[in-house]
Order: sequence, then structure tokens, then C-alpha cells
Amino acid sequence: MTPAALDLSPLRRAAAWHPAEFAFWLLPPAAYFLFPDYLALLSQIAITALFVLSLDLILGYAGIVSLGQAAFFGLGAYAAGMLGKYGWGDPLLGLAAAAGVAGLIGFVTSFLVLRGADLTRLMVTLGVSMMLFEAANKMTDITGGVDGLQGIEMKPIFGAFSFDLYGKTAYWYTVIVLFLLFLLARRLVNSPFGLSLRGIKQNVLRMPAIGAPVHGRLVTIYTLAAAYAGIAGALLTQTTQFASVDVLAFNRSAEILLILVLGGSGSLYGALIGTVFFMVAHHFLSDINPQYWQFWLGATLVLIVLFARDGIMGLGRAAVARLGRKAP
Amino acid sequence: MTAVLETRGLVKQFGGFIATSDVSLSVAAGARHALIGPNGAGKTTLINLLTGFLEPNAGAVILKGEDVTHLAQHQRVKRGLVRTFQINRLFADMTVLESVTLSVCERLGYGWNWWRPLAAHGAAVDEAAELLGTLRLLDVAHEKTRNLAYGRQRMIEIALALAAKPQVLLLDEPAAGVPTGESRELFDTIARLPREVTILLIEHDMELVFRFAERITVLVGGALLTEDVPEVIAKDKRVKEVYLGEALHD
Ligand SMILES: Nc1ncnc2c1ncn2[C@@H]1O[C@H](COP(=O)(O)OP(=O)(O)OP(=O)(O)O)[C@@H](O)[C@H]1O
Ligand SMILES: [Mg+2]
Repeated sequence: MTPAALDLSPLRRAAAWHPAEFAFWLLPPAAYFLFPDYLALLSQIAITALFVLSLDLILGYAGIVSLGQAAFFGLGAYAAGMLGKYGWGDPLLGLAAAAGVAGLIGFVTSFLVLRGADLTRLMVTLGVSMMLFEAANKMTDITGGVDGLQGIEMKPIFGAFSFDLYGKTAYWYTVIVLFLLFLLARRLVNSPFGLSLRGIKQNVLRMPAIGAPVHGRLVTIYTLAAAYAGIAGALLTQTTQFASVDVLAFNRSAEILLILVLGGSGSLYGALIGTVFFMVAHHFLSDINPQYWQFWLGATLVLIVLFARDGIMGLGRAAVARLGRKAP
Repeated sequence: MTAVLETRGLVKQFGGFIATSDVSLSVAAGARHALIGPNGAGKTTLINLLTGFLEPNAGAVILKGEDVTHLAQHQRVKRGLVRTFQINRLFADMTVLESVTLSVCERLGYGWNWWRPLAAHGAAVDEAAELLGTLRLLDVAHEKTRNLAYGRQRMIEIALALAAKPQVLLLDEPAAGVPTGESRELFDTIARLPREVTILLIEHDMELVFRFAERITVLVGGALLTEDVPEVIAKDKRVKEVYLGEALHD
């Protein structure tokens, strides 16, 4: 029995829904009505958010650095693309196939990635994704190379909701998939399994000494994150009905790392909020002046890692804490 | 008495340096056994070999009659062999309650449960809280480990091990660096552990060792010098020479 002196509410509160979370999830439906001309951008945001979430699961929670998450994004994108091209255009089937293929390759490569320390992991993840990119680039008759897969046709979702020209269906589809996978991730990070991942990140040498099979846990989360990235890739193919080798490109892996650091790794909302900030800023600023965009992005990144290690989420939390202290 | 933990001809080399030299040790069930020796004698290395943190170059480790020499660390923990570290190995950004609950969850096999929130694992949380109560850590249960004073952190080091419900507990200088007053409390806690828990203690403070141990093994230069009851060890000339000279004013 719990000693009467101990109040367990802080532990319960950690997993309970905060009012701010409800408010956050009202934003996607609100954006649909407020910005009907930006549905394509908004879908891209949801897809990228899911992709960043996949990196957050391994880097933010388990401490696995990676510069190769685009490998799984690209595998998922092509899996869904191939199915669509050869008449299997059911969207959910495409997601399942993407998750399966990316997850399988994630599982297999995890044994290479998880062997070493940080630098090894960076290089192995980078190397694997470079090999995939070059393979896809060479096999033009299968992948279409830089010109991309032609003739991807998507069937209606559940046989009822077909993808429309305005991107309405695409938007709801991506947002709902993101939301469901977010819920799953949220469950996971608040569970004992999630706690063990944090344990691995904070002190990998202690974990075996309290009886935790570190390798098994890491293989599991790496595989799951690969599946998440694969689904994100599939969503991109399905909503744009296009996939080229660009889905496997290195800059995608680097970009989501940047977004995650910006938003705050180790927090699911950090991944989501970072994506919104980045994508919106990118959309509006890079058009005005691409050089300025690169410059200020670089400057922001440096400032964040030097002075605000927990990114936008960390700054937000600090501000809330300060307000709370000022209030009576 | 039956041995719960044994080593046979254990050897560990680092490059050309022999850190553990043909060590055959036997720890009886329920023992209060101390392992002493000067700095660099190879005490921590021996613990590392026992727990699987290091692989020996030769020899065997036998736990409850089973050869565990090639088992992974966590598999030995599952079989009841648990250690603490000379230098803290804690979860700095977790609260004290989270850390200890993590250890309890691993023991109860909840570590793979990814669906139910931590707070829903009432039995594990309650057990962790109870342990914090015994170790007088309740008042800091919701504090982050990194914000605690060193003495309390040292206690968490022990809490993590106890949460794994050891049958054999290896304590590597549990009070290292802890102020005297607090180290007394720490040792009282250790002394109160039930007899089912076999304890192998590494400690430099001879007063504490002689008060606690019923059997003492002396390690010098990686090799066993001698092993006996405290009264005999206290009179052993060789031991005095290599180690006790300054500590025991005769
Ligand atoms: N990983 C390693 N690589 C190389 N040498 C090592 C390693 N670990 C320990 N040693 C050496 O082995 C010897 C024994 O070290 P160990 O830490 O086991 O001593 P100890 O008895 O625990 O000492 P102390 O009382 O200072 O804790 C030392 O000379 C040490 O430098
Ligand atoms: Mg030592």
C-alpha cells in the first residue's frame, strides 16, 4: 500500500489530458475552415509532423540519433506508390503496406544501427539511406528515378471518400491518420515501456543493471518509428499521387532533425509545434528571399541549441511556469 | 553453508594488464561478506565480472549453482544478482518515484507494456513508494534526481537496486563521498536488510567493514590475498602490510 504521506497525483497528471492539448487539436479542424486555400500546405504540415514524430520517438525518447529517417519515409512512399500504380490503390492498404515494408527494413537495419555509439549511429543511418537513394536512382524502370512514378491512382477511402481536386479529402485523411498515430505514440510514451526508453536515453549503462533488456527495447522502438516514417511517406504519395527518388533524399532526414530540435525533442507536442512553425515560416519566408530564409533558419537553430535546449516547447513551458509564479 | 555466488579461476586482462588474476571466491547464502583491498586492487572489476558488465578472459561465475558466465547483465538481474555502482548511475531527469518505479516495473515484467499509463500500474507505483518510505526518500519523491543532494542520490543508487528485489546484492562503496552522518544512516539501512538478501560489500572504511561483515575477502593486485572472519583478518600481518597499516592502529 502507498504510504499515506505520498501524493500520487503528479504521476497521474503526467498521462492525463491537459486542457491545452484539447485546444491544440481543435486547430486542424479550425484551419480547414479558416484557410481553405492552403489545404495543400496544411496536408504537407500534417505529413511532416508525422515524419518528425517518428524521429522524436527514437531520438527524443530513446536517444537514438539518426540522419537516415528518410530511408523509411521513401520506402513507405514507394510502397504506396507501387500499389497505386498497379491497381491496388486502396489508401488504407497502402498505409499498411508502407508500414510493413518500412518497419521490416527498420527492424533489419536496427541491428546495424544499434551496435555503436552516437557517431556510428549517425553514419550507419546516413549510409543506409544513401544506399537506398542511389539504388532507387539507378533502378529507373521500377522507381521512375527523378521523373517519378507515373500513373498512381488512388481509390476512395473506405470506398466512399475520393480524393478531390481541392485537397479536402486529402487534408482530413492526413490529419486523422496523424491524430490516431499521435494517440498511439502518446500512450506509448506514458507507459512503462516509454519510461524504459527514457531510462535508456538518460543512463543506458544503468538499465541492464535493473534488469532491462536494452537492445530489445531499442529494436522495438526503432522498428515502430520506421513504420511511422513509412506511413508518412505513403501519405505524401497518396495525397499528391506522385513519388520520385526525392522522397529518399538526405535533406529530408536533416530537415526533420532540425524541426525536432527547433520544436523540442523528447516531447510529442514539440515535434508537432516545431513542424507547424517551420513549415509555415518556410512557406512564407523562403518565397520572399531564399538566402534570408537559410540565414535566419541557421541563426535560430544555433540560438536554440545554445540557449534553449528544449526548443519552442521548453520556452513555452518556462513562460507558463513564470506566469504561474506571478499569479497569486 | 551453501554458496549462492561463486567464481572459479576468474581472469580479466586489460591489454597486458591483469586486473583480475585467477580469483576463486565463494559467497555463502545470507552472508554479510566484505571485499576489501587497496585502490586499484580490482574490486570493482570483480563486480563487473560477476554482473556481466565485463566478460572474463577465463574462468566462470556461478549463481545459485547455475553457470551464468555468458549471460547478459539483465538476465543475471532476473536471477537475483543485483549491484550498485561506485559512481552514481542514475536517471538524472526522472523524478525519484519514476526512477524507482522503473526498476520495479522491470522486475515485475511490465517493461514491455506500452499501452497502460505508468500511473495505472498501481502495484508497481505503490511498491516503489513503499521503498522510498523505508529509505526516507518520500519527501523528495517528485523531485528530479539531478536536483538532489549527493547523499540522497547515493540512497537512490541503493533504491534502484533494492527495487529489483535482489537475492544477492553487490554494493560497491555505497557510502563513497557521503558525509559521515549520512553514511551512518545509509549503513543502518543496509544492516536492516533481511537475511534472505546475501550481501557482498566493498568498503574502504575499516570500522564499518568490521562492524558489518562476518567474512572478509582481501584482494591485492587483482588476486585473492586471503579470506577469513574479521577477527583473523584483523590479526593477519600481510593484510596489515598491504592495506590495514594506516586504517587499523594496533
Ligand atoms: N576498463 C578498463 N580498462 C583498463 N584498465 C582498467 C579498466 N577498468 C579498471 N582498470 C584497471 O584495473 C585496475 C583495477 O581497477 P578497479 O576499478 O577494479 O579497482 P578497485 O579495487 O575498485 O579500486 P578503487 O578502490 O579505487 O575503487 C586498476 O588499475 C584500473 O586502472
Ligand atoms: Mg572500485
